[in-house]
Amino acid sequence: MAPPATGGYIAGSGARFPAHGGRRSTPKPSVIPAMPAPRTLLDKIWDDHLVCSPDGEQPLIYIDRHLVHEVTSAQAFEGLRVAGRRVRRPEATFATPDHNIPTTDRRLPIADPISKQQIDTLRSNCREFDVRLFDLGDADQGIVHVIGPELGITQPGMTIVCGDSHTATHGALGALAFGIGTSEVEHVLATQTLRQSKPKSFEVRVEGELHPGVTAKDLVLYLIGRLTTEGGTGYVIEYTGPCIRRLGMEERMTVCNMSIEAGARAGMIAPDQITFDYLRGRDLVPKDFDRAVAQWATLPSDPGARYDRSETFSGGDVVPQVTWGTNPAQVVGVDATVPDPASMADPSDRSSASRALEYMGLESGTPIAAIPIDRVFIGSCTNSRIEDLRAAASVVRGHTVSSRVRAMVVPGSGRVKRQAEAEGLDRVFTAAGFEWREAGCSMCLGMNPDTLAPGERCASTSNRNFEGRQGKGGRTHLVSPAMAAAAAVAGHFTDIRQWHYH
Amino acid sequence: MQPFTTHTGNVAPLDRANVDTDQIIPKQFLKRIERTGFGQFLFFDWRFLPDGSADPAFELNQPIRQGASILLARRNFGCGSSREHAPWALDDYGFRAVIAPTFADIFFNNCFQNGMLPVKLDEADVDELFRRAAAAEAAGHPYRLTVDLRACEVRDDAGFTRSFAVDPFRRHCLLEGLDNIGLSLKHVDAIAAWEDAHGLGPLQGGAPPQGGAIG
Ligand code: SF4
Repeated sequence: MAPPATGGYIAGSGARFPAHGGRRSTPKPSVIPAMPAPRTLLDKIWDDHLVCSPDGEQPLIYIDRHLVHEVTSAQAFEGLRVAGRRVRRPEATFATPDHNIPTTDRRLPIADPISKQQIDTLRSNCREFDVRLFDLGDADQGIVHVIGPELGITQPGMTIVCGDSHTATHGALGALAFGIGTSEVEHVLATQTLRQSKPKSFEVRVEGELHPGVTAKDLVLYLIGRLTTEGGTGYVIEYTGPCIRRLGMEERMTVCNMSIEAGARAGMIAPDQITFDYLRGRDLVPKDFDRAVAQWATLPSDPGARYDRSETFSGGDVVPQVTWGTNPAQVVGVDATVPDPASMADPSDRSSASRALEYMGLESGTPIAAIPIDRVFIGSCTNSRIEDLRAAASVVRGHTVSSRVRAMVVPGSGRVKRQAEAEGLDRVFTAAGFEWREAGCSMCLGMNPDTLAPGERCASTSNRNFEGRQGKGGRTHLVSPAMAAAAAVAGHFTDIRQWHYH
Repeated sequence: MQPFTTHTGNVAPLDRANVDTDQIIPKQFLKRIERTGFGQFLFFDWRFLPDGSADPAFELNQPIRQGASILLARRNFGCGSSREHAPWALDDYGFRAVIAPTFADIFFNNCFQNGMLPVKLDEADVDELFRRAAAAEAAGHPYRLTVDLRACEVRDDAGFTRSFAVDPFRRHCLLEGLDNIGLSLKHVDAIAAWEDAHGLGPLQGGAPPQGGAIG
């Protein structure tokens, strides 16, 4: 049997070109062995995208999709301009402003002139280099990692890059997707390839299933806590096992999204019927969808394929998670207490933990559920999709936000916002006292006016609790959407498994 | 790109693990559309007090560390965001090399794109460098190191010599200060052949539709 061809479609100007035309099945003109060695999902995508591996150089791999946002692209386009280069495949390049935009009334001008300049620069670069832009006024604008899958830009078997570390999100659909720096953005724009040594593969297998009230966010926070912030460095993680298979498409995106917080540049999940059902009918998927599915179905790792490293976890061990420190691996269950640095064996962990507790204004031994909060942020590329908003709304329905809390919901895209409004979720939130905003990154990183004041404590559905991430001096606790919603109502963390749903 | 061959300079010890790129260059300074001028914002939230004055407690603000060009840190340096503004800021501030036991992948890559050398040494060797730096500073002078990319070696003038590993291709590019894009474009025929083999057809000259909902 020939090694399977993988997916990978270029869509542009309404035309869609099948990646393989069924003409060839392997990038190397080698003799196909009768029994090819079993390959992982990563191996298959890698082999298919290897352009060349010249002697003494790092290999060049082809990039199927390049996503671009305003914060990490201006210098790259400027580099092209200075060198007199063009964008090699404008039709494979998609841009949207998301990081540095207001989430309030979009009809008003952007107040900050430097922010405005950055967004105007993206606009003029997209015009000059023929790149498709989902601009602020566009119905399909949104966080780049939300709109990619939503529009069908992201497809199984593709290589996808973006000048953003949470590009790992797209791996949920069975793509190899990772973040790159601005110089590499320029490289991809100019060549449609990337210099890349093949990463090692790491199977993170999750057995069993999650208990009611425990979400994909809790699972990934739990995994990061076990793997540590650098456990995945140098690896691409493939999440496998029955617990992962049971997750819906958006839950899988939440898991892959945070792979980078464990140090892995990419996380991926082999495509299956859930993936295909999610993609069917989306705007930019291949016209001959059934043929594409037949190709995509050959992507999952072959039985017996070898990973460079494997670890197994049990979904049943996971309880709702709350971070207590200033990196995502500093996390415990909601039923636990703030840990004592003195109990940590590693000196570097100990000093990190002490520093974190000081920054967070927390005492060891305090029950997590006794920590009062001031702000709630439901949003970000981790948890701003429709299922996240449904989960949060079902917690909030019939309740009122605590008088000590200011809470906001920021949908991940214009489409998510319209869908939520069609379902009446916006009214559930606003009736309870939440603010309901326009799509963007917002308080996930606080580049726009949505920030924490010094000392404010926030239950956030985003992905980073670094010092100052949501505003200088702000204190971030990462949680699931349901846990954030419950904290908004209670005024402190509370175990969602005991929640009183109306 | 500026080449990196060998560099001798003062060491600034930053005894912290998991230094993330949000700390190296906070988000409020990512709005600029240039590559230069970020040094003034390096470690901004750690470096400056709310009133804008330098925080005397912060490691890099110690008078003896002024003018340092080699940063010494703990493991997982540069984790988090992919922002290349982080190496831009370190470079603009005056750092030419960073030494740590481990680095986050994207930051590590980004350094090589900017003529800056990230050096991985064993945790025990990094410990030893922290000790030597502390001893030198206690004696009233800055600790000096040489980072030699030709010899793949870090050494001081008091007997410390350790070799480090670096990808040969990256080493070559850094030693020569090569333009990575120019180098890759030498393989344009292979790129075109790949595109052809994958049914992508010739390059499209025309502009795709702008804005509006996708048809
Ligand atoms: S939502 Fe947050 S993590 Fe995601 S792309 Fe935006 S700033 Fe980055």
